[in-house]
Amino acid sequence: MSLMSNPNDLTRRSPAMTQPLLKIDGLRIEVEKDGAWSEILHGVSLDLHRGEILGVIGESGAGKSTIGLAALGYVRKGGRFSGGTVHLDGVEMLSAPTAQVEKMRGMRVAYVAQSAASHFNPAHTIGDQFAEVLRMRSPMKKRDIARKAADLYAELGLPDPESIGGRYPHQLSGGQLQRAMIAMAMATDPDLLIFDEPTTALDVTTQLDVLGCVKRALTRSGAAALYITHDLALVAQISDRIMVMRHGAVVESAPTRQMLSAPAEDYTRALLKGVASERGPEFEAPKGERALLRLDNLTASYASGGKTVLKDVTVHVHRGETVAIVGESGSGKSTLTRSVVGLLPPSDGAMVFDGQQLLPKLENRRGEVLRRIQLVHQLPDLSLNGAQSIGTIIGRPLQLFRGLKGQAQRDRVAELLSMLELPESYVSRLPHQLSGGEKQRVAIARALAAEPELLICDEVTSALDQLVAAGVLRILRKLKEELGLSMIFITHDMATVREIADTVIVMRQGAVVNRGTVAEVLDHPSEPYTRQLVEAAPEMDPDWITRVRPDFASARG
Amino acid sequence: MSTLTKTILQRLVTSIVMLIVISALVFFAVDMLPGDVARAILGSNASTEALEALRLKLGLDQPAVLRYFEWARGVLHGDFGVSLGSGEPVAQAISFRLYNTLFLAGLGAVISVPLALALGIGSALWRGSLFDRAASILTLGAISMPEFFVAYTLVAWFALHFQIFPPIATLPPDPSFGDRIEVLILPAITLAFSVVAHMMRMIRAALIDVLDSPYMAMAEMKGVPMRRRVLRHALPNAMAPIINVIVLNLAYLIVGVVVVEVIFVYPGLGQLLIDSVSQRDLPLVQASCLIFAGLYLLLNTVADVLAIAFNPRLRFPR
Repeated sequence: MSLMSNPNDLTRRSPAMTQPLLKIDGLRIEVEKDGAWSEILHGVSLDLHRGEILGVIGESGAGKSTIGLAALGYVRKGGRFSGGTVHLDGVEMLSAPTAQVEKMRGMRVAYVAQSAASHFNPAHTIGDQFAEVLRMRSPMKKRDIARKAADLYAELGLPDPESIGGRYPHQLSGGQLQRAMIAMAMATDPDLLIFDEPTTALDVTTQLDVLGCVKRALTRSGAAALYITHDLALVAQISDRIMVMRHGAVVESAPTRQMLSAPAEDYTRALLKGVASERGPEFEAPKGERALLRLDNLTASYASGGKTVLKDVTVHVHRGETVAIVGESGSGKSTLTRSVVGLLPPSDGAMVFDGQQLLPKLENRRGEVLRRIQLVHQLPDLSLNGAQSIGTIIGRPLQLFRGLKGQAQRDRVAELLSMLELPESYVSRLPHQLSGGEKQRVAIARALAAEPELLICDEVTSALDQLVAAGVLRILRKLKEELGLSMIFITHDMATVREIADTVIVMRQGAVVNRGTVAEVLDHPSEPYTRQLVEAAPEMDPDWITRVRPDFASARG
Repeated sequence: MSTLTKTILQRLVTSIVMLIVISALVFFAVDMLPGDVARAILGSNASTEALEALRLKLGLDQPAVLRYFEWARGVLHGDFGVSLGSGEPVAQAISFRLYNTLFLAGLGAVISVPLALALGIGSALWRGSLFDRAASILTLGAISMPEFFVAYTLVAWFALHFQIFPPIATLPPDPSFGDRIEVLILPAITLAFSVVAHMMRMIRAALIDVLDSPYMAMAEMKGVPMRRRVLRHALPNAMAPIINVIVLNLAYLIVGVVVVEVIFVYPGLGQLLIDSVSQRDLPLVQASCLIFAGLYLLLNTVADVLAIAFNPRLRFPR
């Protein structure tokens, strides 16, 4: 069976089928929390027609993934359906017998998860997992299934499509796994595909690639899709309609262009504005003044004789300047910070901080030097001790570096919390009682407690939702102006760079490929790799993807 | 060299080093014990001259270090020496005892492993159910009771009150397979009591860990039926930890039989070890300890090798 000649094609697109493919009506879902049931989805309804692509957006906790899973008649452990119906092609998925639901799930509706790495079974090959449902429920022969897998792998841009199916999940990269998972979902030519943030964990350039492949594959197969994401610009590229969700309810739903040009609700307008810039004056390095941090010709590798991860990197940070370092994962940007804070001594090159040699190893540095350079980690869940209260977490550096105790310490903690726009009452809370954005602000408060001169932010907003990230960035910008901080800001997001940085350094494979002011580098990218990075960041324009990657576009519908 | 061969070789080398260390430790520990071999053999009424003569004959006048190397040289030549008490060659005295012990441990495993698997898998699948809680309480209760208590309770009921099984495990000369099973049922059940709880809880935990993983949810979302999800998606991933805990418990069964053998007066290696320690019969103690240690190390290596064999990450590095 070839990919192009799907026997269902005629019935699928038939105009006589006016019944929506997926009809969710007044759906309510509850989860158990501390022995009591609380509702997280408050009567959500939606219609999805054959071949239609609906984008579902909202911040985390809005209930968008829950809705996606409900389309499969599935609810996460600890949750239950408490009202409403889900009709998929006439079958009520919540009350149908298990055997029928299992048949629908395999053949008619398929799911693509955010983290392909954890959703593939490590004990079986990619190809076996691709074939599983077809082997169970279709008469297809083993050889034909392998053929189909190879075709889909090729279509989704996987290398070595003929043989990659024989590999185990751990032998593939993140981007490859994500493509393999999309291929697996499309194995049975389902009528409906649920994409749950399929590109969120990927680099910008990989994201653009995967998004393009999804768009092309959907166009070819004519399947309908629910595309769940928190990135409005991203979803605008692919969906016919957009539904905005918040707090377990629908905010508004409209065709994509209408939603972008004339949003009806304030919340949607806020989302659309997103990280819209309100930049301060251009930064100018004072003439003649020496840079606060000078990294000259830094070279470093993990394990002696190992692969070089930093090659001849030179970075200067002046007082009050924010330097953004951008690049894909593996470009060496995080390694650079590891060298600055002393976790990875460079094998060659000089590090000078405020006129003094920066010792390569952390354990040899004096406390005063440690105080003046502070690092904020990407994931506050990992960098904050879950067993300590917020007050203890922020109080520790106050005592260590500034000798503050008792009331003086408590006063300063309160002051820092209010600087980060967190309520004072959080002092006694534990990290897990805070939201992701709040936790990151606590991590920043802890770094600021040391009163550093140089703050290193390693992807501090990457794991946050758009609006939450915008909030954190706004606070950082305010603090930078108030305190005259110098910052190294590691990110892969161009919008974030525009928002916060004065100068940009573009890294690739451990080397600097481009540097200059934000305007120079981002608005007129001269270097091809920089241009690629800049162009891979989705714009709030449904035609953007067709413009930057015409190869993915093919007429739809 | 593959990861598997490398691991096996590494384990082999460490095992040999461990055995040397263990033999030295045991030798000098027994040597330091108060008391006297000669007096233990000849009894408290023996004359000083007779004792002195025996000591000379056994070579006990030599320094301990010298005797240790003498013994080690013999072992390297395949000669474990002669029992000080009976004069019988050690290898001969032990081989029949070792077989008995392995038979008992094997029977214990035949009872406990399937039981632990059934209870562990069942309670992982029906987590929080009545079955789960009952299995948890029963096995916990079983492990909380000392072995001798379990043994005597079983004897009181099934040997004395109902008279189904013999109260002690003495073997007739030239025992048949059936004879062995009959006398060993109660000792084997006693052994099973002490290992089922641990195995069952570890199996449950390993399986729950896997059942909660995103790929299990994915299998459900692909419409894979329950039975197949457990057998094809969960078990292969839980296999490594499950095999590990089973093999380690087998090791415990073999080494841990001592108390049970003594209670049931069963002519196993454990019983022999106890007797030879009380008689200061160094060659026998040494050989028994080395066999126990060797079996333990071997089973540990088997557990590691199986863990690798079941993990594609280790079988197929990137």
